[in-house]
Amino acid sequence: MNGASASHALGVAQARRWYWQRISAMVLALCVLGHLAVMIYAVRGGLTGAEILGRTQGHWGFALFYGTFVLACSVHVPLGLASIAREWLGMGETAALWLARAFGVLLLVSGLRAVVAVFTAGL
Amino acid sequence: MSTTLDVSIWRGRDDGRFVHYEVPRRDSQTVLDVVTHVQRQLDPTLSYRFACRVGMCGSCAMTVNGQARWTCRTHVSKVVGSDGRLEVAPLAHLPVIKDLATDMSGFFDKWARAQGQFSGSRTRHDEFARVQPASAERQAADAGIECIGCAVCYASCDVVAQRPDYLGPAALNRAWTLVNDERDTRQTERLRAVAGDAGCHACHTQGSCTERCPKQISPTQSIAGLKRTVARAAIRGKL
Repeated sequence: MNGASASHALGVAQARRWYWQRISAMVLALCVLGHLAVMIYAVRGGLTGAEILGRTQGHWGFALFYGTFVLACSVHVPLGLASIAREWLGMGETAALWLARAFGVLLLVSGLRAVVAVFTAGL
Repeated sequence: MSTTLDVSIWRGRDDGRFVHYEVPRRDSQTVLDVVTHVQRQLDPTLSYRFACRVGMCGSCAMTVNGQARWTCRTHVSKVVGSDGRLEVAPLAHLPVIKDLATDMSGFFDKWARAQGQFSGSRTRHDEFARVQPASAERQAADAGIECIGCAVCYASCDVVAQRPDYLGPAALNRAWTLVNDERDTRQTERLRAVAGDAGCHACHTQGSCTERCPKQISPTQSIAGLKRTVARAAIRGKL
């Protein structure tokens, strides 16, 4: 790959990352609103573990909603993190992307684990 | 109002220092008047750049009390407090040649890198192109076309400081006016040139360029337009 096509490919990849971050932000905005609504509703019955698990156990709607939330976070956060690593820590493009990917996997695994846990707890 | 100004002016290159001068304060005095007084009356070795003195040429921008400004249209009364202190330094993010004169070649090279040149298909033997003044494209181009290339936006942009390869607000604004020029024939090349983190996608929409632009242009809006257009082209595989 020559210099011009490498820089073109990089530009296209970065443009794609930008719109993935934008799309995931739109999903996150809806998820945050949904989550706020759930919180306002949830505190009415008291915030006990039993009460929360009673709502989430075996409930596919909750699992899908929070699964989507986790997925959107795992796309959105690492892309922003890569920019911060490049601009504030002075990391190179490749190193910043690997750091971001690793953090994305961490978010995805820990987030989905939590979703699975509240979905299956006690079942 | 004090009768004199306590003026500090940057002397030397990047490793220079501020030198103090006392300049008489006058009515309707501009920052450029102050610098000119220093050079003509106090120290003829002071280097700075200006041409038109009426806000058209874009050559006299400097850092005035910490902010990039066009000095010919900046009244002293607007930037100096009751202490009468005025600090004048070269524009940020550009190499200093000497004193207040910066090397702007990197700034204008980025205009060229952003494909800021118009490329038409008609010759002087053809009819004039008829562009509808009310069309959305023409209005978007109009909004950004009055740029005078003063580099105030460039010196005010944090992303330029953090990413030296970033094209910057002025070059991207120029590209946006051409993206909206229906006569231009190199649209794909231009979108490629401005795509990615060295182009429009590094902008964090902080808006310093728009806040400081002396011509009230909004490069922030132009860059947002480029981001949308480039993203659409990337999704359609036309980038």
